[in-house]
Amino acid sequence: MTDNSATTQVYRIVIKASAQAIWDAITKPEWTERYGYGGRVGYELKVDGQFSHKASAEMKSFGLPDEIINGKVIESDPPRKLVQTWHPLFDAATTAEPHTRLTYEIKENSGGVCTLTITHDVTGAPRVASMVPGGGDPAQGGGGWPWILSDLKSLLETGKRMSA
Amino acid sequence: MAMDDDNIFKALADPTRRSLLDQLFQRDGQTLKELMTGVAMTRFGVMKHLKVLEDADLVVTRRSGREKLHFLNAVPIRMIHDRWIDKYRERELSALLGLKAKLEKKD
Repeated sequence: MTDNSATTQVYRIVIKASAQAIWDAITKPEWTERYGYGGRVGYELKVDGQFSHKASAEMKSFGLPDEIINGKVIESDPPRKLVQTWHPLFDAATTAEPHTRLTYEIKENSGGVCTLTITHDVTGAPRVASMVPGGGDPAQGGGGWPWILSDLKSLLETGKRMSA
Repeated sequence: MAMDDDNIFKALADPTRRSLLDQLFQRDGQTLKELMTGVAMTRFGVMKHLKVLEDADLVVTRRSGREKLHFLNAVPIRMIHDRWIDKYRERELSALLGLKAKLEKKD
């Protein structure tokens, strides 16, 4: 087995929404604050552009820093593919780890349905690797990608969040 | 809807397929050959089971050079959990809370 496979995680969800709507939900702050753990993203959608995810008031009340994730854009091909580095600053342990690499791919199927695939290369970042699959209580921050993607699907399909 | 519960439950209903998912949970990103070592079955049999898992989006494949790697996709399981398990647990919980309120009122 190659080292690459052991440190890559894949998450896929089917959403009844346009590719553009999904792209916007990932890259625009007015959308990112409405699902998952919220907070507003800032993306410079060009090669080497800055990425920053700011904490919501709720996150800050749990003691998280003002900026919870940073990174750089590697490839931006709206509304199909976004490749970026992803470096969570949740705590000292994740901050100390190297940047991970995140790829969003949006594929349009027939019937107004899209497949969204997240490929997360967490090479050299065991703390991040253990956090992003979820498996914990979503309310305690343990939802990971599966919970965030489920919530995104609910929001785009019904206009409401899963828990709303 | 494309990701439908029937496909997921059907995929999970078979012990070999659950064992393939367990293998990927232990170590993600395996080739067909690697997955075959964990189950007593022909190559064709394993391929058929993997196809059912892929159709249910429980397994996603990625090419890495000449190899096709299989990855566990936990999202559908999360959704089943949220839609089917949490819902019933909540009812249990509220029944218990109701009982608690009733008993405390009596005191």
